[in-house]
Amino acid sequence: MTYLYAAYIATWVIHIAYLGSLLRRYTRLRNEIAEFKTRIDEKN
Amino acid sequence: MKRVFPILAVLTGVLLSYALYEALIAAPTEQTMGDVQRIFYYHVPSAWTAFILFFINFFASIVYLIWRNNKADIVALVTAEVGVVFCTVVLVTGPIWARPVWGIWWTWDLRLTLTLVLWLIYVSYLVLRRFSSSGQTPLLAAVLAVFGALDVPLVYFSIWFFRTQHPQPVIGGGGSIDPRMLHVLLINWLAFSCFAALVCWSRYRLEVLRREVDETLALEALLEPRSPQTRTSPTGSAG
Repeated sequence: MTYLYAAYIATWVIHIAYLGSLLRRYTRLRNEIAEFKTRIDEKN
Repeated sequence: MKRVFPILAVLTGVLLSYALYEALIAAPTEQTMGDVQRIFYYHVPSAWTAFILFFINFFASIVYLIWRNNKADIVALVTAEVGVVFCTVVLVTGPIWARPVWGIWWTWDLRLTLTLVLWLIYVSYLVLRRFSSSGQTPLLAAVLAVFGALDVPLVYFSIWFFRTQHPQPVIGGGGSIDPRMLHVLLINWLAFSCFAALVCWSRYRLEVLRREVDETLALEALLEPRSPQTRTSPTGSAG
């Protein structure tokens, strides 16, 4: 059973790590958009 | 479309939970290998999903090479990335199954080696896309993807045409499987396919947004008036 659980856990660790990387990229992009908006507001 | 995404997400969650229950509890225990055989319900659907994603990558790359279509380029990038994730699952769960059944983690068997090569090809595809700043990157990546996709049928049919240590195909190729096991296998494949579609959709939207932001920032940099220190006269001298 140890190998079975190890395989299932490893699968979800890989998927969750990838989803985490997507979330990190999305957050970075949202910050860039917020910075851009602030810059535009300051100019106006 | 905004309403479809959460509905699909909930359905995928339910399907994945049901597939997990079927794989761990409902599926009959295999007589020779015992419970460790249940790894097969994650390993095989992940491999099939990766193959489908790499084939979509192949067709999207062909479309990009012919029509220079940006959406096709994004689809190619997204399917390669998610395909690599599923291929990683295959390469990790395979050795975990092999250790108790074969007594070794890895062997340089044809199927295993070709799968590792497939993974390396698509990792190099992603590295090319990530670190090359040339305007020709999508074109070079599309060419690499077309050649890389040739490895997919080699991986799939390697156990049909060559004698390898890897188990023979369970569907087609003379293989047979208990109908209850086949049911669990197909449920898991459906669940992982829905999950892959959902992740690809999210990644596609992220990439579209990323490109829009990059274009806007580039446009802003072009339109921004230069500061007096960096302004140059028509003759090239500063001031």
